[in-house]
Order: sequence, then structure tokens, then C-alpha cells
Amino acid sequence: MREITYREALREGLQEEMRRDERVFLLGEDIAEFGGTYKVTEGLLAEFGPERVRNTPISETAIVGAALGAALLGMRPVAELMYIDFSAVAMDQIVNQIAKIRYMFGGKAKASLVIRTQGGAGRSSGPHHAQSLETWFCHTPGLMVAMPSTPYDVKGLIKSSIRSDNPVIFIEHKLLYNEKGPVPEEEYLVPIGKADIKREGGDVTLVATSRMVLRALKAAEALAEDGIEAEVLDPRSLVPLDEDAILQSVKKTGRLVIIHEAVKRGGYGAEIQAVVSEKAFDYLDAPIKRVAAANTPVPFAPTLENFVIPDERDIIKGVKELFG
Amino acid sequence: MGKGKRVSKEKLIDMYRNMARIRFFEERAVELFLQGQLPGFLHSSIGQEAVAVGACSALRDDDYMISTHRGHGDIIAKGARVDGMMAELFAKKTGYCKGKGGSMHIADLDLGILGATGIVGSGPPIANGAALACQLRGTDQVCLCFFGDGATNTGSFHEALNLAAVWDLPVIFVCQNNLYAESTPQASHQKIPDISIRAKSYGIPGLVVDGNDVVAVYEIVDRAVERARRGGGPSLIECKTYRFLGHYVGDPGTAYRKKEEVEQWREKDPLLVHRKRLLTMGMAADEDLEKIDGGIQREIEEAVAFGQSSPDPQPEEALEDVYVNGYIP
Repeated sequence: MREITYREALREGLQEEMRRDERVFLLGEDIAEFGGTYKVTEGLLAEFGPERVRNTPISETAIVGAALGAALLGMRPVAELMYIDFSAVAMDQIVNQIAKIRYMFGGKAKASLVIRTQGGAGRSSGPHHAQSLETWFCHTPGLMVAMPSTPYDVKGLIKSSIRSDNPVIFIEHKLLYNEKGPVPEEEYLVPIGKADIKREGGDVTLVATSRMVLRALKAAEALAEDGIEAEVLDPRSLVPLDEDAILQSVKKTGRLVIIHEAVKRGGYGAEIQAVVSEKAFDYLDAPIKRVAAANTPVPFAPTLENFVIPDERDIIKGVKELFG
Repeated sequence: MGKGKRVSKEKLIDMYRNMARIRFFEERAVELFLQGQLPGFLHSSIGQEAVAVGACSALRDDDYMISTHRGHGDIIAKGARVDGMMAELFAKKTGYCKGKGGSMHIADLDLGILGATGIVGSGPPIANGAALACQLRGTDQVCLCFFGDGATNTGSFHEALNLAAVWDLPVIFVCQNNLYAESTPQASHQKIPDISIRAKSYGIPGLVVDGNDVVAVYEIVDRAVERARRGGGPSLIECKTYRFLGHYVGDPGTAYRKKEEVEQWREKDPLLVHRKRLLTMGMAADEDLEKIDGGIQREIEEAVAFGQSSPDPQPEEALEDVYVNGYIP
């Protein structure tokens, strides 16, 4: 199978859906001629024109609000927020309007839109350009939250998200855009709410999200040399969460380590941990472990940033603690 | 004051009927609330009926409208059913939102009512999106967005006006300037007496009108709507008006407003202004208008009875409508 980058796969997904459905259009800052800060939308202006690939002012509230208004009339907008950090500017529209509009109108409205954004550290982007804020959205009923880690998943999930009648917060990672992986030429979808086992193993379950899936896989290779076979599970979407897949894996391995790049306190790892405690406690042979970022803003200096963000060594250490 | 010469008799009478419908609805809702029959809280728009009706009279049935937390009047003016509204105020299953939204969130997408929002200033960005959808589809529909003077100090308002301007969106921003943001008088929350001048910084027309004169509001909004339909882009229209009651039912509105001021505005009651015009112009006789009033009062009483007699939602229904396709988290 051909290998393409995460960025290319994502772009293909957008392109295919725009060709398939004329209601789909893109709006965001610098996404047209410039192709987006991470070049995901490069070339789409040429194919689809300025009506459907719309540059906006730097106005996150207006961008997200416009997506909602258009969705209410049956369009399928894909709004880009350049950095997930900037979603804070648009939080009223996301949390109070988009997430609730169907419910508060008694089920009569559909906010069929996607907010594409990217987060994550690793490029010395500093406190305002490197956060992992997925939990904010997971905590808001009405939103769906996708966090793909591979080129295959990002393409399949963006297509499903655009077709979804529910609003999807689609969270990419700035350090995944150049990652390559197999992506079929023919069309496929990845359903929202379906986890994927990225590596099978019988001794411990590693549930990891976004870029941490790559680190968990590397850690798993190292652990295998020490005789520990780790199963790496990527939920791919956090809302809906594929609880069954996680529970099934934990029931097999008896041990669970959850790895994410968001800060540990109140992070989504706590939710996964609680689900497993409630539903599979008797299967556990060890306490559940969370490997997550330090409870700090994301610092600028590489040494500081590396210190707060989990890496393979942190994962390996966390796993080994469960094997006493 | 608009003289109403261009406006047909039928339309003028309709305007009266709609203003009366709002007034009686609001008065009855206040009464029911004070009797403890309605949960939550209510924002009455009594005194502002001419803005709602004048502006919505310039819209077609297939145009869109977004309202505010003080939205009963706007929504009635765009054609909403008062029984469904009243049932929602009663928190009943038969209400517009099945008891999930309440007074501040009544929507009827089939009538172009894209809802109302409880967050001041959050409507204009959404109105842009609706207008954008119309523009992309190449229809000549427009979206009208109501908000108060308080909203014009939010970043959301400014982002939205700017975006609407650069994209020439068919949207009409209608400010219901009732001179108070909750309890804060306009002079304390902004340095400018006329909000309409804010349009200038976005390169769009900004106009002021007597918001208690339904015909004047209609005429000015009508021009803005026609402009938007022709691709001329958005306008900002400031309607100077006044709410007769407090910010919410239970706030007497006396801590921050002088009695004389309220009385002066009550003399400019938009229903009286329009009634007088109809009589003066010979468009209607007293008994005609009384007949209209009587009909509306019966309609409102039927709506109240509908609300009172409707069933409560089943508790488990709280779990529905969070997502499309029945996903219950």
C-alpha cells in the first residue's frame, strides 16, 4: 500500500468530501492562498475556489459562529482554528451554542459541522501554541471529539466527521503532520467512536491518544525486549469513547496505563481510569497508572518542554511500576 | 415618524395585530410567572414591540431571524405559534423545545426562527453563518439579527460585523437599544450616544430610528433588507426604544431608572402610537381594533390553557436530543 503523510491524508479526506458534497466548505485563518499554517489546505483553493475555501479575519468567535449558522441551514462547514489554544476565544460559540443548540431547541436543529484544530507540544511553541485541551470539549455534552494519530485514521475520521450530523471537534497534532503511514487509494471511512488496537499484547494495556500513540508504540517495543508485551490501544475518538474495546483489552491484560499529552489533573485519563474502575475493577492485577503532562503551562525552552511532556522513558517507567 | 403612506392598510393592521399579540402574550406570561405557574425566569419585552414587528414585517417567510434572551416579541413577530411558546414557558413536553430550552431558547427552523440565545452578543456570529449559507446557495434570502445595546460591547458583536462586512453577507443587524444593559444605563457602558456609528468602522451603513414607531422601523429595515437581497451587504440599524418593565420579571426596574423616565416612555407606548395613527389615517375604527384585541386575547387564553393542560416531559427524556442518531452518552 502507498504511504503518505498525515497532512496529505487529511487533505485528501477534505478534498474527497468537498468533491462528493457541495454543501461542504472550509473557513479559517490563512487557509486559502497560504494553505493554512500547517499547509493542510494547500491547493484546495485552486480546485474549489474562494467561495468554498474561505479566508477569514482573525476572529475565532466569528469563524465558529458562522460555521454554526451555516450548519443550521443544512450546510456542512469545516472551520479551522489554527491552534487549539485559540479555541478559548471561541468558547461561547463552541460550548454554549454549538454543543447545546440541538438539545435546547428540543432536537430540531443539527449542528452538522467540524472544527478542525491542532494542539500539542514538541516545537517550543510556548504556552499559547502547544496545549492539549481536548478535555474541555469532552466535558461538554453535545460535542464529539476525535483525535486521530495515523494517516489512515485522520483521513477516515475527517470524512466521517464531515458526514456526521453531530458537531465534531477534530484535534490534530502539529508533530504528526509529517508522519507517514499506509493509506489505501480507494475510499474508506473510520467510524467515530471506534478504537483501534495499534499493537497487540497480553501483559498490559496502554491507552494512548494522538502523538502519544507513537510514543507508546516505541515504549512497547522496548518493553518487549524486557519480556513485557504491551497492547497499545488508540481510542481515536474520546466522545464517543469505545469503552468496550478498552474494557475488553484490560480484561485480557489485567493492567492499564493511560498516556496523554494533556496535563494530568482532570485530564481524559482520569475519565478512562474511572470507567475501567467502575466496570472492570475485578479484572485488575495492579492499580491503574496515568502518564501525562505535568500540571503546568507548556514551557518554551526545549529542556523544560521535554521535562513536562511524557516520553518513552516515562511510559516505560510507568509500566514497570505495575510489575513491581 | 414614518407616515405609513407606502405601507398597505392590510400590512398596517397586521402590524397592529402582531404588536397586540406580543403585548398580550407578555402581559399574560408576567401574570402567570408572578402566580408561580412558570419556572425559571422571564425577560419581558413589553414596550419594545414596534422593533420586533417593524423589523420582521420587512422579512419574507423564507428569511431567517435570530433573537435574544428577551425574545418573545421577536419570535412572535416572525410567526411563531403562541401555544407552543406558552407551553415551553410552562416547561411542557408540547413546548417548542419540549421543555429543554425555556423562555430564552425558542426556535422554529421551519419559520426561519433560528432561535434565541441566553448569552448576550452571541447571535450576530451565527446570523452571519445563516446569511453565508444563503449567499453560497445563491438565493436572495437574508438573515436578520436582533440584539440589545449591551451586546454591542462584546467582542462577538464586533467580530461579526467585521466579517459580515468583508463578505458582504445578507444580514441585517438590528439593535434594540432600550437604553439599559440589564441595570447599567447606556451612558455608563459606552461613550457614544448612537450605537449606529459603530457601523462606520466596518464600512457598512449605520442608521438610527425611533424604535417605538413600528412603521418607521419597518421602512428603514425594509431598505436594509432590499439592499442585502441585492448583494449590497449588511447594515446596522439602531432602534431607540425602552422596556417598560425591569430586566427580568421580579426586577421592578426602579433602582436604576427614574419613575418620570419610565412614565415619559410609557406615553410613547408603541401600541398607542400605532393605534393613534390607524385611527387618524382612518385605516381602522376603535371597534375594529377592539375586535382585534379581543381575538388576540382569546388566542392567548387558548395558548395558556394549552400550556396548562399539556403533559410534563418524562424525566428520561432529559437524555434525548443531545446528539443526532440517538447516541446517549
